[in-house]
Formats: sequence, structure tokens, C-alpha cells
Amino acid sequence: MKAISAKDNISLRTKKDRIFLGLVVLFSVITASPIVLIIFKLIEKGYKQLSFSFLFENTPDTMEAMTAIASNKLIPGGIANGILGTLLMVGMAAIIAIPVGIITGVYLYENQRKWMANITRNVSDILQGVPSIVLGLISYLWVVKHVTHGYSALAGSASLAIMMLPMIVRSTEETLKMIPQTLKEAGLALGIPYWRVLFGILIPTGFSGLMTGILLAVSRVIGETAPLMLTALGSSVINTNIAKPTSAIPLVIWEFYNDPNMVDLIWSSSLLLMIMVLSINLISKQVAANRK
Amino acid sequence: MNSDKITKIVLFSVSFIILIVAGGMVFSLVGGAIPAFKTFGLGFITSTHWDPTHGQEEYGALPFIAGTLITSFLALLISFPLSFATSLFLGEYYRNTRVAKILGTMVDLLAGIPSIVYGLWGFYVLRPFLISIGFENQGFGVLTSSLVLAIMIIPYATSLSSEIISMVPNDLKEAAYSLGSTRYEVILHVTVPAARSGIFAGYILAFGRALGETMAVTMLIGNRNIIPNSLFSTGNTMASVIANQFGEASGLKLSALISIGLLLFVITGIVNWIGKLIIKKMS
Repeated sequence: MKAISAKDNISLRTKKDRIFLGLVVLFSVITASPIVLIIFKLIEKGYKQLSFSFLFENTPDTMEAMTAIASNKLIPGGIANGILGTLLMVGMAAIIAIPVGIITGVYLYENQRKWMANITRNVSDILQGVPSIVLGLISYLWVVKHVTHGYSALAGSASLAIMMLPMIVRSTEETLKMIPQTLKEAGLALGIPYWRVLFGILIPTGFSGLMTGILLAVSRVIGETAPLMLTALGSSVINTNIAKPTSAIPLVIWEFYNDPNMVDLIWSSSLLLMIMVLSINLISKQVAANRK
Repeated sequence: MNSDKITKIVLFSVSFIILIVAGGMVFSLVGGAIPAFKTFGLGFITSTHWDPTHGQEEYGALPFIAGTLITSFLALLISFPLSFATSLFLGEYYRNTRVAKILGTMVDLLAGIPSIVYGLWGFYVLRPFLISIGFENQGFGVLTSSLVLAIMIIPYATSLSSEIISMVPNDLKEAAYSLGSTRYEVILHVTVPAARSGIFAGYILAFGRALGETMAVTMLIGNRNIIPNSLFSTGNTMASVIANQFGEASGLKLSALISIGLLLFVITGIVNWIGKLIIKKMS
């Protein structure tokens, strides 16, 4: 039997070790590259179109766009209808989802062991995993068909609200769990009414955690396209009537994408969308850091 | 009734809302799907016909189920080496260093990019590149969509896996080191087996995410109602066919699309439930 000298074995093992480390680093770098590529692409192609008028004017129609391209000028107009539609629908969704989500989170926190609370928690988790397009379907069946009898901002915000709800519920419960029990007990011991302890002491204490959860939920729904396609449909003008079709930034991007004349606008609109998402994320990180 | 009782009732009632919403969802989806299932029976799930022409309407969901499963599996496969390496980078090799923080933030950013932006990037950047290296079908198809899907689900797989890997007890690893193992051997024989279920759960959840992804796939898969027969073939997924064909859908077609939505809901629900179950088993 041939003896394997220990020295040979070590060098092979060390080589394997180094190669593996190399692969890990290589693949990690590859993983990080799409984010860099995508953001650079957006900036490169989108910055030219960004301006104040871009934020405040409505979407151009395809004729205007065609003439502008033919004369080599920047396409006129902007995405004001999209921006305001997004603000309207996300705002409404937040108004619905935040109170319901926080109160449900408080309920779950206060009833850790009850089977009803466990079911609610599981249902909330399941709801979080539902694809956004299915939520759009639901909102279509509920709101578009039976409430507003047509595509509407209300339907759009309903689908966004259902998306935000589980996220807020979970982050509220987790935030409250991190508050020391003694605070709540002290409040109760002083004779402060139960509701006051919950909403006057616990919630303000956990405010930054709650805020983080809310901001993250908002940043998640701002970019959603699929559910809005089935509920809000889109519009070429600014719309404030919640029972009528409304535009939104992702919908505007989708319209531009489908129109050969307006394709160039997708980059600036996407860049704006990314800026909004990143800003909200940065703010929420700042809020979380201030908590320390 | 004292205020305590009222508070408890309010808490309970408001939480009921989420139960009502979830229950209502199932009810509406099933209700909307009944016409299609009544007309086509269970064959709806196995049929490959999709013909919306008036008078000879026939719908079958198999191409889309196949499309969804194929693209999601492929995405998982493609993302595996990348996310596994990244979670090792973040949780083991460079844990708690500044590099790890930066890389971690970048991976988190991947999760924040909206689906439609991924679709645009895939359409205008990835596709030309793929065409230049020889893809047919104008660069649309299963492989293209799976590539973009893989990038989209990397953050979900990575964050859970890197957490679990970083939580492997130090004494286990130190015992292996003291016996003369190289770092690679410790990872292979100690860390990964210890973190096995957490890593697995992370991939299950990433898979669940891939199943439901709509916009990016819609823009890259080519919109053909057939079962994909090769990596480069075009097709449709359950989510993308709903997005593509919802437009003026009514009657039987609408019911068929809702049935597909129901199937999607059930499949993602089961996958996510399995993932949560594994996580619960670990803690």
C-alpha cells in the first residue's frame, strides 16, 4: 500500500481552501454587480430628461413625442400624473393599512399565546407571500366590479393596502416585543388605563421601529406595477377622483415601454422611481439608527 | 363596561379584519374560478389549449404552470452558487467587517429595485448582450427570464442563509480547527451541516418569491401559450399570462385567468408555508 505523505495532503487541502475562498469572493462580486450595472444604466440614460418640468408636466402624447424625436429634441412633458397618482394611491393605502396594521400588531403582541392570535399571525404571514398580481385580481373583483364599477384609484390603493398590511403587522409586533416588559407593567401599576398604556406609552416608545416598518412597506409598494395594471389602469391626466382611473409612476413607465415613440422616457422615470425608493430606504435606516 | 374591556374588544375586532381579507380572498378566487372549472373540469389543469376566439373558447392552464415552475426552478439553480457564496462571504469569511456591510447593503438594494425596472434592464441591456452571444428568439425566453429572476431572488436567499451561517456556534468550528481542518473543510463539514435547515428554508422562500414574480418575467418571456420545450423557447408563466391577457377579459376568459390566479395563490401559499415550517422547526 502506498503511503500518502502528510505533506502532500496538506498542500492539496490548502490549495482547495484557497481556491474555495477565491470562488466565494468571485461569486460575491458577481452578485453585487447587477445593482451597480442597473443604477449606472438608469443614471446614464435618464439624467438628461430629469428636470423640474419633468416633475410637473403631464405625460406627452405619442404625436408630441414623435415630432420631438424627429427634430432631435428632448421629448417634452413629464410624469406629473404618475407622481400624483402614486402619492394619492400610496397615501390612501397607508391611511388604511397603518392603523389596522398597528392595532393588529398590538393585539398579537398582547396575546402571544392565544390560539386566535396564532392563527392571525399565520394568516398574516401567508398574506405576505401572496403574489402582488393575485392581490390585483382580488381588488379588481372587489372594488372595480362592485364598488367603483370601473378602474379606479380606490381599487389601486386597496390592492396596495393589502400588500402593506402584513408587513406593518409583523414589524409592529416585533418592535413591541423588544420593549422591556417593565415599562408596560410600571404603567399599569400606576393605574394608567390599559388603552393609554398601549397607545400612550408602548407605541411612542417603539415609534422608530414602527416608523421603519411603515417606511419599508411604503418603499415596497411604490414600485408595484402588476396590481395597479388590473385596478387603476392609468390615465394621461392628473386625477383626483378616487373613483376614476388613475396613473402611477410604474404605470407610466409601462405605458412608455409599450409606445415606441416614448421609450426614451423610461429611463428618467425609472431613475425617479429608484431615487424615491432609495430615499425612503435611507430615511428608514436613519430612523433605525437613531433608535440606538 | 370598563375601558379595559372595550380596549380588548377593539384590539380583537380590528385584527379580525386581516382574517376577513384572507378568507374573502379565498372565497372570491374560488367563486371566480368556478365557471372555468365547471366548463373544463379538472382537465383545465392538464390541458394545453388556449383559444380565446369567440364561439370556440377553450382554456387550459398547463403551459403556464409549466412555465412558472421551469423559470422558478431555473432561477433557483442559477442563483444558488451566487447567493450561497455571498452568504458565506457575509456570514463566515468577512463577518462583521466593513466590506461585509457594504456588500450586505448592495445585496439589500437588489431587493429594493422594482420589478418593472428589472424588466426594463433585462429588455434593454441583458437581451442585446444575450443576442450578441447567440441567443435566438430575439433574446426572449425561459433562460433570459430565469436569469433576471435569479438576480431578483438572490437577496431573499442570501439574507436568511447568511444570518443562520453567522449563528453557527463558535465552539463547533473551533473544535474542527483544533483538529487541523482548513477553513474550507470547516465550512463543508461543520458550518453548512449545522446551518443546513436555515439555508434550505432561505431557498424555499426565494423559490416562493420567484413563483409569483410578474413584471420582469412578462417583459422577457415572449408571451406564447405553449409549454416551453427548451431553454431558449418562449412561453408564459401563470403570473405573466394574467398580466398579458387581463386587458379586456370577461366571462369565461376572466374565469380562466382567475382560476390561474387561484392556482398561483395555492402553490405560493404551500411553498411559503413549508419554508416557515422549516424555520419554526429550527428555533
